[in-house]
Amino acid sequence: MKLHEYQSKQLFAQQGVPIPRGRVASTAGQVKNIAQELGGRVVVKAQVLVGGRGKAGGIRLATSPEEAEEAATQILAMQIKGLPVRKVLVDQAADIETEIYLGITNDRGARCPVVIASAEGGVEIEQVARQTPEKIVKVTIDPLMGLREYQARNIAASIELPRELWNDFTQIARGLYDAYCRSDANLAEINPLVITRDRRLIALDGKIVLDDNGLYRHPDLAEMRDLDEEAPAESEARKYGLSYVKLDGQIGCMVNGAGLAMATMDIIKLHGGEPANFLDIGGGAGADKVAAALEIILGDANVKVVLINIFGGITRCDEVARGLLEALAEKPTSVPMVIRLVGTNEAEGRQLLADAAMITATSLVDAAQKAVAVAEGRKP
Amino acid sequence: MSILVDKNTRLLVQGITGREGHFHSAQILAYGTKIVSGVRPGKGGEWVLDGKVPVFDTVSSAVEATGANCGLIFVPAMGAADAILEQADAGLPLVVCITEGIPVQDMMRVRRYLDQKGTRLVGPNCPGLLTPGEAKVGIIPGHIAIPGDVGVVSRSGTLTYEVLYALKQRGIGASTCVGIGGDPINGTSFIDTLALFEEDPQTERIVLIGEIGGSDEEKAAEYIADHMTKPVVAFVAGLTAPPGKRMGHAGAIIEGGSGLAADKIAALEAARVRVARHPEEIAELVA
Repeated sequence: MKLHEYQSKQLFAQQGVPIPRGRVASTAGQVKNIAQELGGRVVVKAQVLVGGRGKAGGIRLATSPEEAEEAATQILAMQIKGLPVRKVLVDQAADIETEIYLGITNDRGARCPVVIASAEGGVEIEQVARQTPEKIVKVTIDPLMGLREYQARNIAASIELPRELWNDFTQIARGLYDAYCRSDANLAEINPLVITRDRRLIALDGKIVLDDNGLYRHPDLAEMRDLDEEAPAESEARKYGLSYVKLDGQIGCMVNGAGLAMATMDIIKLHGGEPANFLDIGGGAGADKVAAALEIILGDANVKVVLINIFGGITRCDEVARGLLEALAEKPTSVPMVIRLVGTNEAEGRQLLADAAMITATSLVDAAQKAVAVAEGRKP
Repeated sequence: MSILVDKNTRLLVQGITGREGHFHSAQILAYGTKIVSGVRPGKGGEWVLDGKVPVFDTVSSAVEATGANCGLIFVPAMGAADAILEQADAGLPLVVCITEGIPVQDMMRVRRYLDQKGTRLVGPNCPGLLTPGEAKVGIIPGHIAIPGDVGVVSRSGTLTYEVLYALKQRGIGASTCVGIGGDPINGTSFIDTLALFEEDPQTERIVLIGEIGGSDEEKAAEYIADHMTKPVVAFVAGLTAPPGKRMGHAGAIIEGGSGLAADKIAALEAARVRVARHPEEIAELVA
């Protein structure tokens, strides 16, 4: 789960990381008031959960409250990469001398957190990493020890930060590490961390990506989820503990297990079809979850046929069959279905569905071929 | 022969009184694997599963009293990291964790601790281990596999069942099937398992099942090229998956490989691994 810039920076500030004075707003009128309060130059920044806001024109400098209001009017009417802008952050503008990059993420390979820093921060940081990797400093952290002061100081020295800022930098790096740990983040990033003309360090932009598995111990963070920023079908799926991603094809898929769900999509494509979605009903799904899954799949108007592929282990085939019947009783559909049930209680499941008008398949290849045929309007 | 689990496995099940733990423990007993003890704080002294398995309050007391040599965990996500540590501390050399949804930062700390301790972990978020005809330590349905000479190692759950079933339908059996789990930080890796299969006299050939994300398949490919004499067949799920959600700039900077299925397949093929286009084709390539 991604947090907005303003939410991320609040979490950083709670750990002692200096951030610009500022507030979030959802109308141009509020923006004008905030700009008046802050005084001087302000930056109006679109709060959407995608990168490239600046390049899209979603970040504007304003020298007066009226200019801020004007900028906010325009930004709040924008869509950035398909996402409507509903909130803006109004920050006091900083006099930037240098932009630094500082981020912490999980290093899968090393199985540790890793701190990444560069003297050349800003929007082109990935290009810096590709073209001049020597300008990127990486320090893996022992998760049992945490980020130690000497490590933060070494990073400051490696990116050739002026000596008088080493102490402040160390505080900021450790604050960022604390924010990363305390929120169970997968990523905590400050880009840029700027040196101002009056020689202070300040986190101008911030990003946090939370580990969804850690949310159970952070109800306050879970509440920060911005439902405006995700497709309604995906929110609905999450409510039922289903994992759903909409795609552009015509063959709806219902599968148990993420690996098998992906393999099912792959085999559809291999036989000339296009999957309409990824949907994993998870392990041990009951009838209600299956019914919800079918409703979500059929909610996509592109779907011409549904392929249901269940390999029962924890999941029981008869439960899946019951869920399908429930869903169909409540909302009959003319969309044809191809079903393959194998594993735990497969005989009971097939028995239950004997009277339902479904196309049965024995193997995965058989199921894919039949679904593709139906989608193309041929006889399966 | 087989790897990790066999007829001599003496299993301890943590979370044996829970819904999943109880159901699967019954299946494990029915398969003929010895569950010597169960653990559930507050229920020590009770007997479960028709009076066949004694329950203890702590893992250490269970290990001491029953000589368990392998632990299996069904504890819910919020207690699972703790359960892994408790089993390691009690001296169990092999810990298998089925639980899904353990926070990544917990797993980083747990893994670090286990490495210092010398405990082998399989999982989490995995289906566990099956040595057909000898031992079932996890949730892989027993009837979908027969004994044989194919070593199976997989990051996926149900996809593994698909492959075991396809092998069985062609009369091909498995030496041991190891579900290493799909989490970003786990215990036993592809490489660890490949090394065990290479040393195992019963295993003649290997099936490796990967999926998108991370670079474990690429690392496995490198290991296969340098160290494996036994033939390997692979499948990687996710060729059609939309490109993964980006994890800020740090993710792009730190990730070694692209995480894409196509790159993993290319790496495996470069290591002379034959890669199946779909799960059922694996059985054809192995035969």
